Amino acid sequence: MTYVLGKLLHIVIVAGAVLPGVGAVMVWAERRVSAFMQDRLGPNRVGPAGLLQPIADLLKFIFKEDVIPGHVNKPLYVLAPVMSLVPALVAFCVVPYARGMAIADVNVGILLVFAISSIAVYGVSIGGWAGNSKYSLLGGVRASAQMISYELALGLSVVPVFLIVGDLNMEAIVRWQKEHIWLVVPLFPAWIVFLVSSYAETNRLPFDLPEAETELVAGYHVEYSSMKFALFFLAEYIHMTTASALSVALFFGGYELPWVTLPAGTWGTVLSGLVFFAKMSFFLFLFIWVRWTLPRFRYDQLMKLGWKVLFPASLAMVVLTAGWIAMVTP
Amino acid sequence: MKTRIVKRPQLNLGERIYLTAVAKGLLLTIKHFFGVCRDLFDWKNKRTAITMQYPEERWDFKDNFRGAPALVMDQFGREKCVACQICEFVCPPKAITIWPAEFADQANNIEKLPDRFEIDMLRCIYCGFCEEACPEEAIFLVKEAELVHTEKKAFVHDKKKLYQMGGIREDRILKWQHK
Repeated sequence: MTYVLGKLLHIVIVAGAVLPGVGAVMVWAERRVSAFMQDRLGPNRVGPAGLLQPIADLLKFIFKEDVIPGHVNKPLYVLAPVMSLVPALVAFCVVPYARGMAIADVNVGILLVFAISSIAVYGVSIGGWAGNSKYSLLGGVRASAQMISYELALGLSVVPVFLIVGDLNMEAIVRWQKEHIWLVVPLFPAWIVFLVSSYAETNRLPFDLPEAETELVAGYHVEYSSMKFALFFLAEYIHMTTASALSVALFFGGYELPWVTLPAGTWGTVLSGLVFFAKMSFFLFLFIWVRWTLPRFRYDQLMKLGWKVLFPASLAMVVLTAGWIAMVTP
Repeated sequence: MKTRIVKRPQLNLGERIYLTAVAKGLLLTIKHFFGVCRDLFDWKNKRTAITMQYPEERWDFKDNFRGAPALVMDQFGREKCVACQICEFVCPPKAITIWPAEFADQANNIEKLPDRFEIDMLRCIYCGFCEEACPEEAIFLVKEAELVHTEKKAFVHDKKKLYQMGGIREDRILKWQHK
């Protein structure tokens, strides 16, 4: 009973406070960093350095009228934002964000993340379908095609990790990296493939074709307003958080530091959480950094990159790693 | 006609792999990012950021800027306006209203002064005709350009406000001294 209650509390804290909190700070960071990169200042008036801006944004979203246009498919229209947000929150559950602190420390680990994050495409494409307009439908269709294409490369790019570690459990992968070496060193090309496909999976620039403001107005959420739109928005940022967390856990040593051993006990857990958070922040920054640097891909270029470059590259990495392991192990 | 075959540039492997170009772009944006970060600590000598922090920082207008019209005094604190009403007549939108009054000051050679002098800033078009027409150099368009009030009455600038905006302006002729 206490176990169940503890887990529930853990889930409520992570899914109800930490992830939306990270999302809120990300919205602020996105606007500030983008401004800095364009020689502007960004929102700096609400609170210290503009940090309370997300709260102002949220209040605006809450007090906006919740318009449901007459031409939409109402049940799907209401369902889609939820279907977009929930998988984003659930996918984070297997990530060990501090020593022994994964919500679900399951054996299948990363496979569960991929399974759940694939569901997220339903939210996007159903949202596009329910909007009942050409722009949102195009956005939804693009989202599903893009996610299917890149899911493959994403999944294959982490196979070398499992081949080397010999375990799907995320904690085990982190422990292996502590004992040996950060996996990004031997698997750098695989990490690049992982990074690029995770950008496509989270619909971020340079692969934000489902949204593509200049072509599709706002893509799949063009018919949405107020809190429903905010949920789509939040889901995107939580997907980014999960993708960054996976990058850290699978390739960059997770919550452990190289050479320095963190103390055991409560302090160790807290410190390891901070280490993880710092590493994750860098990858979240990278998301923003890349968005405000690279232009959007054309759709055919996107497909070409996915199927003709990333997919063979990740397959080659799998074969090479497997061959290397077969060579060194007697 | 002579044709010239332009050789298309051949991309080498490094260029075709696209990642070098990505890295170059990332370096450029991060340079600007840190440039603005640096500027935040030394805002006076900003080099990268182009933002002006508006209410705290204002534009530096040129001296001939045509802002709101205002009345000026000379260096002895004497009202230069003699209520001749030329500005009132020349004003295209009829923003200026003057109520002249007799005012006898033998020592300073004053015979006439504006009793009330009002400029309705909701009518004013900032043309500067009043400044051009004034024979006494008493009215000038000053650098005041941001007139924001919450009630209509406040847009009518009275004499006190006009002198406060105009302040003191050096008069090199002082023709009232030599009558």
